[in-house]
Amino acid sequence: MTGQEVAFLILAVIGGLAGLLVVTSRNVVHAALYLVVALASVAGVYLLLAAPFVAFVQVIIYVGAIVVLLLFGIMLTRAPVGRRVLDNTLRARVGAFVVGGGVFVMLTVFLAGAFGSERIATQAATSTAALGESMFRNFVLPFEAVSVLLLAALIGAIVLARRD
Amino acid sequence: MEKLAWLVPALPLVAWAVLLLVGKRLPGGGAAVGILAVAVGWVISLAILFGVIGGADAYHVSREWAPIGASFDIPLGMIVDGLTAVMLVVVTTISLFVQIYSISYMRGDERYTFFFAMLSLFTAGMLIVVLADNLLLLLFGWEIMGICSYFLIGHYWEDVANARAAIKAFLTTRVGDLGFMAGIFVFAWAARSFEIERIIAGVHDGDIGAATATLGAALLFCGAIGKSGQFPLHTWLPDAMAGPTPVSALIHAATMVAAGVFLVARMYPVFETSGSVLDEIGILASITMLIAALLALVQDDIKRVLAYSTVSQLAYMMGALSVGGYSAGIFHLFTHAFFKALLFLAAGAIIHAVHSNNMSEMGGLARAMPVTFVTFLVGALALTGIAPLAGFWSKDEILTDAWNAGYAGAGEAATSQSVAQIVFVTGMVTAFLTALYVGRMLWLTFGAAYRGQGHPHEADAAMLFPLVALAVGAALAGFVGLGDNSIATWIQTEALPAHGPVTLNLGLIVATTVVALAGLALGTALYRRGLPEREYLERVPLVWKTLQRKFFLDDLYEQGIVRAVAGALAPATYWFDQRVIDGVVDGAGLGTRRLARGLRYVQSGQVQWYAAALFLGVVGLAVVVTQLIGS
Amino acid sequence: MPLMYPLVFAAFLFSIGVYGVLARRNAVMVLMSIELMLNAVNINLIAFNAYLRDQLATGQVFALFVIAVAAAEVGIGLAIVLLIFRNRETVNIDEVDLLRW
Repeated sequence: MTGQEVAFLILAVIGGLAGLLVVTSRNVVHAALYLVVALASVAGVYLLLAAPFVAFVQVIIYVGAIVVLLLFGIMLTRAPVGRRVLDNTLRARVGAFVVGGGVFVMLTVFLAGAFGSERIATQAATSTAALGESMFRNFVLPFEAVSVLLLAALIGAIVLARRD
Repeated sequence: MEKLAWLVPALPLVAWAVLLLVGKRLPGGGAAVGILAVAVGWVISLAILFGVIGGADAYHVSREWAPIGASFDIPLGMIVDGLTAVMLVVVTTISLFVQIYSISYMRGDERYTFFFAMLSLFTAGMLIVVLADNLLLLLFGWEIMGICSYFLIGHYWEDVANARAAIKAFLTTRVGDLGFMAGIFVFAWAARSFEIERIIAGVHDGDIGAATATLGAALLFCGAIGKSGQFPLHTWLPDAMAGPTPVSALIHAATMVAAGVFLVARMYPVFETSGSVLDEIGILASITMLIAALLALVQDDIKRVLAYSTVSQLAYMMGALSVGGYSAGIFHLFTHAFFKALLFLAAGAIIHAVHSNNMSEMGGLARAMPVTFVTFLVGALALTGIAPLAGFWSKDEILTDAWNAGYAGAGEAATSQSVAQIVFVTGMVTAFLTALYVGRMLWLTFGAAYRGQGHPHEADAAMLFPLVALAVGAALAGFVGLGDNSIATWIQTEALPAHGPVTLNLGLIVATTVVALAGLALGTALYRRGLPEREYLERVPLVWKTLQRKFFLDDLYEQGIVRAVAGALAPATYWFDQRVIDGVVDGAGLGTRRLARGLRYVQSGQVQWYAAALFLGVVGLAVVVTQLIGS
Repeated sequence: MPLMYPLVFAAFLFSIGVYGVLARRNAVMVLMSIELMLNAVNINLIAFNAYLRDQLATGQVFALFVIAVAAAEVGIGLAIVLLIFRNRETVNIDEVDLLRW
C-alpha cells in the first residue's frame, strides 16, 4: 500500500462521512458546514490525482463561493431546524434509500466489471500552464460557451431575485 | 338501337333519384318524371324488339368493373338478344300503363311522390335483371326489386297488418335468395366467371360437370321459387295484396314474379341438361298450380283471387319450362303480363268505386261500370284460355309441349316422361279450376244485384285508358305466337334453336276449349244469382277448413320456423350484439378511461417523485442495455 | 493506486447525493445534495484523466467547466428558492406541487 493510497483512503473516509452527515443532519447550518468538509476532502483527492489547479479552483469556488451562497440562502429563507421539518416522510426516505442504494450498486458493479483491474500510474502533476494551454487551444469553444452561460445565469439570478 | 339499351334501365334510375330529391316540389308531385322516363324506355324497347323481329343479331357489350385478384373479375355488361327484347317490351309497357293509372288511383295519397319514386326504382331493377349479362349484376337488380317490393307492399304501413305482409314477402323471398346466391357462387366457381354466356358455354362443352351443373341449377331455382311464388314459398303472394293495386298489377302480376321464370329461361341451356332439376321444377309447378287454383275458389277478396291465379299461372310457365317448352313458357309470360295486369287494374277501379275489396260487397257492377266490365271480361276470358284471346294460344302451347313430352315421346329436354305426364294432367285440371273461379269471380262482381253500401260509378280517364290499352293487348298478344316469324323465333339463341311455330294439335285444342267452357258453365250455374247463403264447399267441412287455412302452410311456417327464430334465435342474437359486440366497443372506451384515471396519479406535482423515477429508470435502462448488448 | 478507489468513492458520493435529493424536504438541502452529485462527477473525470494520462488534460478541463456550471446553477437555484419563499412563506418542496392532476 503506497502512501498515495493511504492518503486517498483517509480522505475518502472523511469525505464519505461528511457527505453522509450532509444528508442526515438535523440542522441546516450543520449540513452546510459538513458540506464544506466534504468538498475540501474532494479537493484533496484532486491533489492526489495530479490535478492541483482543479483542486485550488475547487476550494476557491465551491468552498468559498458556493457554500457561502448556500448559507446566504439558508439565512434568507429562514430555514427551520429539526428532523420533522427537514426530512421527507419515512416512506419517501425508504424509497430514497432504495433508489440511492440501487444507483450505488449499479455503478459499482458496472465499473468493477469494466475497470476492476486497472491502476492509475504515478505521474507528475499537470501544470497550470499546460492546463491553460490545452484549454485555450483545444477547448476554446466550450470555454466561451460556459462564459456565456455564466453571464446568462448572472443576469437571470438578478432578474429573478429582484424585489419589484 | 341496341347500343342504347342501357338507357332503358338508366332513365328510371335517374327518375328515382330526381323524385326522391326534388319530387315533392315538382308540379303534379313529380309523376310526370317517372312516366316520361319509362315512356322513353318503352319507345327504345319497341325499337329494339322490331330490330330483333327484323332479324338483328344479339348484341353483347361488357366491361371490367371490379377485378378480384389476377384471374377473376366482376364485369358490368348487358346482352340484348331476343329474350331481352321481349322482356324489355313487357316490363316497360306494363310499367308505363301502371304509372299512368296510378296518377288517378293514388291521387291524394300522402306518399304519392315516394310511390312513384319506388315504381321507377323497381322498373330500373327489373330492367337490370333483364339486361344483365352476368349473374352478379342480375342479382343486383333482383335485390333492388326485392326491397322495392317491400316498400311498396308496405305503402299503407300505418295498418300493422300491411307492414307485416311486407316483411313476410321480403323474408320469404330472401329464403329463396339464399339458395340463389349459393347457386351463383357454384357456377362462378365452376366456370371461373360470373358471365352467363361463359357459364352456358362451360356446361355445353363439358367443362362444368353434370353434377355441378345440377347442383347449381337446383340452387338457382331456389331463387325462382321464392320470387315467382312456387310451392313452398308461395305464401307471401296473397298477403302482398295489402299493397296498393297498381303495385299488385306491376310487381305481383307482370314483372317481379316473372323474374323467376325469366331466370330459368335465361339459364335454360344449363337447366336443359339436368333431368333431375327439370323434374323437380315440374313437380313443384304441378303442386303449385293445383293448390293455388283450389285456394282461388274460396276467396272473398277479389285481389286474392287474382293473386292465387297469378301463382297458378306462374306455375304454368314453370311447368312449360320443365318439359322443354322454352318458348311456350316465355310466350305465356308475355300474354299473362297483359291480361293479369289488366285484371288487377280493373279490379283496382272496382275497389276504388266500391271502397271494398270483398266480392261479397260487390255485384251488379256491369251496369254501373260498363267499360271496366268489358275490359275485365276480356282479361278474364284470356285467362281462361278462350280463343282467339291471348291466353288461349300460350296455354295451348304449354299443354301441347307437355303432351308431347309425356305421351308422344317427343320431349326436347331431359325431363322424365312421368313428370311430363303429371304436368299435363294437372295442367288440364287446373284449366278447369281456372275457368271455374274466373266464372265465380265474374258473376259475383258483375252479375246479379249490388250487395254493397256505396254508389259505384265508372272510373275516370286516367284509369280507363290503360285498361283499354291492355285489353287490346290481351286480345291480340296471342298472335305473336303464330307464323314463321313468331315469338319463338325471336327468342331463339344458338344454344336454344326454336322448334317452330305453335303446333296446332287439333285434338288438344278441342279438349282444352271443352274443359274451359265446362268450367265457365259450372261457374255460371253456381253463381249466376250471386253469392249463395253458404259457399258450396262449406258443405264439406274438412275441405273448407283446409282451404281456408291455406293447406295449413302458413301455420306450419309460423309455428315451426318463425317461432323458433323469433323466440330463440333472434333474442340470442340481439343479446350477443348488445352485450358482447357493443360491450367490446364500449369496453374499449371505458377501459381507456379507467386506465387514464389510474395513471393520472403519476402526475403528483412532486419534483422528488419525478427525480426518483428518473434515477430508477436510469438504473433500469443501464441494466437492460448492458445485458442486451452483452457485457 | 487502483482506478477503482476514486471510482467507488465517486459512486458513493453520487448515491449519497441521490438520497439527499429524494429524502430532504428543504429546497436548499436539495441544492446541497445536487452539489455532492456534481462533485462525484468531477472526481470521475479527474480520475480517468489521470488513468488515461491524457496529453490534453481533457478531464481536468471539463472538471473546471463543471465547476463553473455548478456555480451558475446554484445561483439560479437559490434565486428561485428565494422567490418561492417570498410567495409562499415556505421552502418545503413537497408543498410546491401545483402541476399535478
